[in-house]
Amino acid sequence: MATSPVTRAAGRVAVPVLGLFWLAVTTVPFLFMVMTTFKTQQESYASSVWALPEGLNFVNYADVLSGPFLAYLKNSVMVVVISVLLIVLISAMAAYAFARMRFRFNEALFGLIVAGMIVPIHITLVPIYLMTRDMGLYDSPFALVGPYVATSLPISVFILTEFMRQIPKELEEAARLDGCGPFAIFFKIFLPLSGPGLSTVAIYNAIMLWNEFIFAYVLTSSTSTRTLPLAIWDYQGQYSSNIPAILAVVTLTSLPLVVAYAFGQEKIVKGMMAGSVKG
Amino acid sequence: MTDISTRSAGGGAAGAALSLKKLAPAVFLAPAVLLLAVYLIYPLIDSFRLSLLDWNGLGANARFVGLDNWKKLATDALFWEAAWNNILLAVFSVLIQMPIALILAVVLDNAGKGSRILKILYFLPLLMSSVALGVLFKYFYDVNFGPLNALLDYVGLGSLAQDWLGDTRFALGAVIAVVCWQFIPFYMVLFMAGLASFPAEISEAAKLDGASETTIFWKMKLPHLKGTLRTAIVLSVIGALRYFDLIYVMTGGGPEGASELMATYMYRNVFSSFQLGYGSTVASAMFIIVILIASVLLRFSKRYETEV
Repeated sequence: MATSPVTRAAGRVAVPVLGLFWLAVTTVPFLFMVMTTFKTQQESYASSVWALPEGLNFVNYADVLSGPFLAYLKNSVMVVVISVLLIVLISAMAAYAFARMRFRFNEALFGLIVAGMIVPIHITLVPIYLMTRDMGLYDSPFALVGPYVATSLPISVFILTEFMRQIPKELEEAARLDGCGPFAIFFKIFLPLSGPGLSTVAIYNAIMLWNEFIFAYVLTSSTSTRTLPLAIWDYQGQYSSNIPAILAVVTLTSLPLVVAYAFGQEKIVKGMMAGSVKG
Repeated sequence: MTDISTRSAGGGAAGAALSLKKLAPAVFLAPAVLLLAVYLIYPLIDSFRLSLLDWNGLGANARFVGLDNWKKLATDALFWEAAWNNILLAVFSVLIQMPIALILAVVLDNAGKGSRILKILYFLPLLMSSVALGVLFKYFYDVNFGPLNALLDYVGLGSLAQDWLGDTRFALGAVIAVVCWQFIPFYMVLFMAGLASFPAEISEAAKLDGASETTIFWKMKLPHLKGTLRTAIVLSVIGALRYFDLIYVMTGGGPEGASELMATYMYRNVFSSFQLGYGSTVASAMFIIVILIASVLLRFSKRYETEV
């Protein structure tokens, strides 16, 4: 055997050691964060930062939840749900055209849309800010829907087009012979058969938009119109010296995704990896 | 095949069916094309138009200044320093993330039962928003109350304690560390998928021929991962060139521009100094730089792909 006993033993030790080492690197910041949220402000200054809290003290959570936190949450849920529904429908329609219809410029247009994946959204920021102001949408959560849907389309169209190209042609040909038009074929055959692709697109975009910061930061300005990532930002200004309270906001804003993750890790990992398509 | 429906529709309906058929692609594409035109293409063009103005963004006092902003940009040391920081971020992202992600992928590939739960936990940072991580790590690095300095103190390395984000020597590195911490699991999962697609029969056969695990990894599995690795590098570089949130939250680009990136510099010009025109010049330049580097990378990796 080419593997000497020494290297094999080293391998046996290295795997768990490295595995646990990275587990510590990943989780220590989170454990630290959650632990600190249970300390009072005085406690956080008086005792060592690594000391355990004196007890399970929920005062910071109560403090945060009694403020405008739920308004941020409501805006986030609303904007993300509306945007994701639109993204899924609009990108599925476009993907169906690219995957199945013959028309001039099919490939060129597809290439152009996919190239949109590389564009840094920052170049659109100022023009969209001005446009939103002119449209009278500035400082409304609905101002976010347009930019959110549009910036998510390139990758979503790409993923769904690849997916729909794999759907066997026989089904739609049978439907066509039965007299179904393109709309009936799309809604009755392609949408139902694209379930896994649609859920990947929905999960990927929901997570990205749930965490989106820069458009929300630029296009909204009031507590009552802003989304959750801005809650962290705003509370940080307000509670500048109350570290446990700030970390309680961070914990609360991250909680919905962590709970979702607890229920569907495989799906969420797969959805997030959908971002790994090369433009 | 495609004209069966029109033919079978027959008679007077044929004309209507034909035009519907011709219109169908337009109808299906219209919403996507319209949205992209309004929120991507128009802003792109408008940004270049704004880059020719001297304007604070309020009122009608915009003044056309031609290429003045672009001339200013060409000699603006702060912009080029920011662009250089983007390059540093890209280079170190690749150099740090790829090897660690690859090692972890191999570890999990060999970890058997425990690998699923480890993978799930490793992936957690990717679910967090950059704002959340930015605030968390800003506190982590805090000079007086931060756990990092406290930890160094505790293990007797107190002399190494630093004002991580407030010192021009460390700010960029401290932020790069967080970027790597967040994204290593992403590339790890990518590499795990690559490793999983390596045919088991081949490594079995190689083992029978007396090849060691190490040899199989270096001579067979690693070459098998080439395509995945190229994708990972392209993604990592493009991501680094567009980076904004985490740095904006952690340092705002400071101290003294030490961690300034093109995007944070653009933001500061527009929304802090109210130089909408010059900020748009920075944004347009950033667009050109990202597109140039991305097309070089993609062309290079594609040509490479066809050779292999």
